[in-house]
Amino acid sequence: MRFIEPHAHMVSRTTDDYADMATAGCVALCEPAFWAGFDRGSADGFRDYFRQLTEYEPRRAANYGIKHFTWLCINPKESEDMALAADVLDVIPEFMECPNVLGIGEIGLNKNSRNEIKVLEQHVDLAASHDQLILVHTPHLEDKHKGTRLILDVLKNDSRINPERVMIDHVEEHTIGMVLDAGHWGGMTLYPESKCSPARAIDMIERFGSDRLWWDAACDWGPSVPLAVPRTACEMRRRGHDEALIEKVIFENPKNFLSQSERFQL
Amino acid sequence: MAMTRQKVLDQYFMDARHKLIDIAAFLDRVERAEGEGDFRLDAFRDAVKRLEDHGEDRAHDVLMAFSDPTQEPIAIAPGKGACGAWPGEGE
Repeated sequence: MRFIEPHAHMVSRTTDDYADMATAGCVALCEPAFWAGFDRGSADGFRDYFRQLTEYEPRRAANYGIKHFTWLCINPKESEDMALAADVLDVIPEFMECPNVLGIGEIGLNKNSRNEIKVLEQHVDLAASHDQLILVHTPHLEDKHKGTRLILDVLKNDSRINPERVMIDHVEEHTIGMVLDAGHWGGMTLYPESKCSPARAIDMIERFGSDRLWWDAACDWGPSVPLAVPRTACEMRRRGHDEALIEKVIFENPKNFLSQSERFQL
Repeated sequence: MAMTRQKVLDQYFMDARHKLIDIAAFLDRVERAEGEGDFRLDAFRDAVKRLEDHGEDRAHDVLMAFSDPTQEPIAIAPGKGACGAWPGEGE
């Protein structure tokens, strides 16, 4: 089995996780910028983080034969501070030409506030003006349905955005339809306590088809499983799905979306 | 659908049974506890009713039972976390 892990926060994982993922067949992973678990105090903190994502983490992954790619942004959890967000948005172009940067992400909404929407619009503008792919984080739990709809409105309102170049992550049964109907790609995040279980993720493939969908572990410092994608592939095999369909979901689909950036080379 | 109904039962019945008993035990635990509940318990009880829905959209319906139904952005984020159920406007 070979797979691409399209969403993993490896700065918060151990080297053993890289070893396990490589052993399970991971050939590439993508690390979106995210919230560190605490608010950073300045744009310089983000500059250091972006250096970690573009310089250090690719070397760490390469030790295990895994290609490392990244996405840059200020996460919506820190978007309520408009001044900080503006400073970070000024820093991002410094890193946009780094060889492992695929685009802007994971941007989106957290609590669906007006400031979060303004900062989302600024990120979308940055992506559009630099012809970058977009990776979107949709809100958690009770805020997801409303937030997904608001995000789709923001994307639709910018005529420069090609829906096929936008991945909307963390979809569940109540949001997957609207994401696919809008022409975007959808990501299902396999978490042990929230988001999707393996069984539900396979259910959605069976119900909505396998086009423009991927699975990811989104492993970070919270409850999460770096091997969630290959484990779900095994569950799909237990259901009797053929190998070609499994390979499509865990390798071909992420490869096809990510290859819209010329930097994504395996 | 790759599986017959019989295979679904063979593969998932025990897991679903386990989770259902856990939910029953959770509700018993809440009943035994002293003090007031809050909006989360109301949302949970409403979501449980959706299990009796017909068709193939129970997961969707349960998720919607916990979701914020409003349309407009909120003025300012009250914090960063989500608790799993919508507390209602003004909360």
